[in-house]
Amino acid sequence: MIVSAIASVASRKMLRSVIYLLFVLSGIAGIFFLVDYNFLAAIQLTVYAGGIIVLVIFSVLLVHHIEMKLEVSKFINRLLTAIACLIGIIIFVTIIYSYDFKVAENSTTTTTAEIGMGLLSYEAGGFILPFEVISVLLLAVMVGAIVIAKGKMLIPKSDESI
Amino acid sequence: MIEGISIYEILTLTSILFFIGIYGFITRKNLISILISVELILNASVVNFVVINKYLYPDILQGVFVSIFIIAIAAAETALAVSIIINLYRQISSVEVKDTEIMKY
Repeated sequence: MIVSAIASVASRKMLRSVIYLLFVLSGIAGIFFLVDYNFLAAIQLTVYAGGIIVLVIFSVLLVHHIEMKLEVSKFINRLLTAIACLIGIIIFVTIIYSYDFKVAENSTTTTTAEIGMGLLSYEAGGFILPFEVISVLLLAVMVGAIVIAKGKMLIPKSDESI
Repeated sequence: MIEGISIYEILTLTSILFFIGIYGFITRKNLISILISVELILNASVVNFVVINKYLYPDILQGVFVSIFIIAIAAAETALAVSIIINLYRQISSVEVKDTEIMKY
């Protein structure tokens, strides 16, 4: 998974990096299956691997020639960024390993019904308000995406043929 | 929890994933590549939420809900970004970052 992630940010060809990203997302869905959150893994597979990847592949095909090589930044810039990221990783890992997590032994399986009840409950700890807000947000985003993608067609007397 | 895998290893993996995303975000010169890097960063955070929820507080489900919301917002953000990129490509025939000047009026 790590190798695929590195390949997806380092690959020169656009379409290949999207496919590497698909491998990373599938690996993350595998992690969700391993920690027994089956519903979350299903969401990850359908939304990311099914929706977002297809969307990105569409946009790549619309705006690129497939074999076009990407322009990469200068070597010194890449080196500096890599060093900064390595320092960040080292700091993160030292902090993580210096903290003593109190891991609870458990083997409970979460069912989808529990997640649904939690999302729709009004009591303390319920998530009904963010749930509704995010549904309105998704609707607004869909409308906005359509309006933006139509572009100049909305303006009357536009002589631009698309 | 996963048998035989401690929380430290998974948190190390997600931090490596996060910094790979940061690296791609800084070094790539293409809008779609930057989008891919943002997806990597968001996924690292989602895995963090889920794993900490499962390993430390297995009785409650807050991390799962937050992860669902993060995934939904990531999908919305990707749809908007793709539509903006396509519109931009129609107008200036390029998706490189250095050519993108038309958005600031």
